[in-house]
Amino acid sequence: MTRLFPPTRMSRTLLALGLLTSAHAALAETPVERGRYIVQSTGCHDCHTPWIMGPDGPGPDMSRALSGHPQDLTMPPVPSLPEGPWLSVVSATNTAWAGPWGVSFTANLTPDPETGMGKWTAKNFRDTIRSGRHLGRGRELLPPMPYPVYNNMTDADLDAIHAYLQSIPPIRNRVPEPLPPAAKTAATDAAN
Amino acid sequence: MFALRPPTLPLMLMLACAPAVAAPGLHDAPGLLSETGLYADIARREVAADVIPFSPQYPLWSDGASKRRWIRLPAGTAIDASNPDAWVFPIGTRLWKQFAVGRAIETRMIDRIEDGSWRFVSYVWREDGTDAELAPVRGMRVATQDGDYRIPSQADCRVCHEGAAVPVLGFSALQLSADRDPLAPHAETPDPVATDLDALMRSGRLTGLPADKAPRIDAPTPVTRAALGYLHANCGHCHDNAQDAGVPTGLLLAQRVADPAHNDAVLASLVAPADRYRPQNLAADTRLQVLAQRMATRDPRAQMPPLGTAHVDTEGLALIQRWLDESSPTAQGGMP
Repeated sequence: MTRLFPPTRMSRTLLALGLLTSAHAALAETPVERGRYIVQSTGCHDCHTPWIMGPDGPGPDMSRALSGHPQDLTMPPVPSLPEGPWLSVVSATNTAWAGPWGVSFTANLTPDPETGMGKWTAKNFRDTIRSGRHLGRGRELLPPMPYPVYNNMTDADLDAIHAYLQSIPPIRNRVPEPLPPAAKTAATDAAN
Repeated sequence: MFALRPPTLPLMLMLACAPAVAAPGLHDAPGLLSETGLYADIARREVAADVIPFSPQYPLWSDGASKRRWIRLPAGTAIDASNPDAWVFPIGTRLWKQFAVGRAIETRMIDRIEDGSWRFVSYVWREDGTDAELAPVRGMRVATQDGDYRIPSQADCRVCHEGAAVPVLGFSALQLSADRDPLAPHAETPDPVATDLDALMRSGRLTGLPADKAPRIDAPTPVTRAALGYLHANCGHCHDNAQDAGVPTGLLLAQRVADPAHNDAVLASLVAPADRYRPQNLAADTRLQVLAQRMATRDPRAQMPPLGTAHVDTEGLALIQRWLDESSPTAQGGMP
């Protein structure tokens, strides 16, 4: 049989090196290191770290890394959009999102026990991503949290993310609960 | 009412550009209810001889649907109740729960399969009542005389059932106690042939239970007892600290037959100051007041329970409100 790409000495060497490198990486990497890698490469900071304007334009404020929507940033009423293809508006911090679902505020992922994820077990975190529900059992997660993407991760990777998030500095920041759409309030709901 | 899911999912998919991963499979579940062993003759609704009806004393609120429940244990096996709060069911155990709104709508089945895990499926009754067909993994909606009825997805089943020590929620020492609570909301009159704790022990189908008297919630007043029983049945499978799957909100609502003193922790958690999980714009001093507010709404961001119900349980809420009025719990004063 004719091979399209017959093995050469070079390709064998490269393959061996590749296997050795990946095996070394797997051996050396702790769950926290693995979690840090995933968090930094899958967009967590994009929404869970408040953005500020810097000399080179907007960027994540790493002094408040992964602490979610700032509790002292009270958002004004959501501007109403005209009929048409525009769907949502976003705060300059990238932490408050308004759309047909109401207003969602990105969560505090730091291990602060009262305002963050300090009390979450690895299973709580895994269940949240798997089910798309807060703590795996409560209300549905709201846009733009792309949990369907993260649901493709393995349990080991989700546990690594949890381990990393538990290792970062806790930041006390009480993120507001989500708001209903403008036409719907708790009062009108209670009357239903 | 604003429906969260329809606008949420398309938008989320647009933003995420990725489909959701399929829920766990059906594990070769029978395609028809008539093939599961529940009925000897489904046309006559004649239940099989080895299937036993039961009736928990604190029923789960299911938007007013009427329900019937059965269990079948494999021949020659028994439940190990050495841990009274986490029974071990033999491989092959099957339980069914049938929901009716005017007519039979669905029959849910959970069973313990060969590898020791639990399988969750539901069967949707044909309109002519001849049989019920296996529901899709993602659930579905069925039209009833009272409007749309939502058949849960497998993920929905797991949200509630896998929060507890054992995924069998209504078949436990407290729920099957002969000392039934007369104030339990939506209490049912058990079928004359329904089993209970005593019958299970007498027949040898339940072993190892250390209790020497019928389990009962140790509460200072009848209203407190009923309220704690209601919260145990409707909320305790998630709001518990015994499992790492329990939600760490600080609210403890599961009862412990083996540890009556745990009730102190339950009461303390209810009178603790209201915290972050408060619905918007509503004042509350204690978690119990927040609990009542969240029971009273069906805003999907705040409603409790968060799934499995689209209508407020007015009878259950009235009980909780009566308890609040009677005991005036405060963070400082506790409850009588």
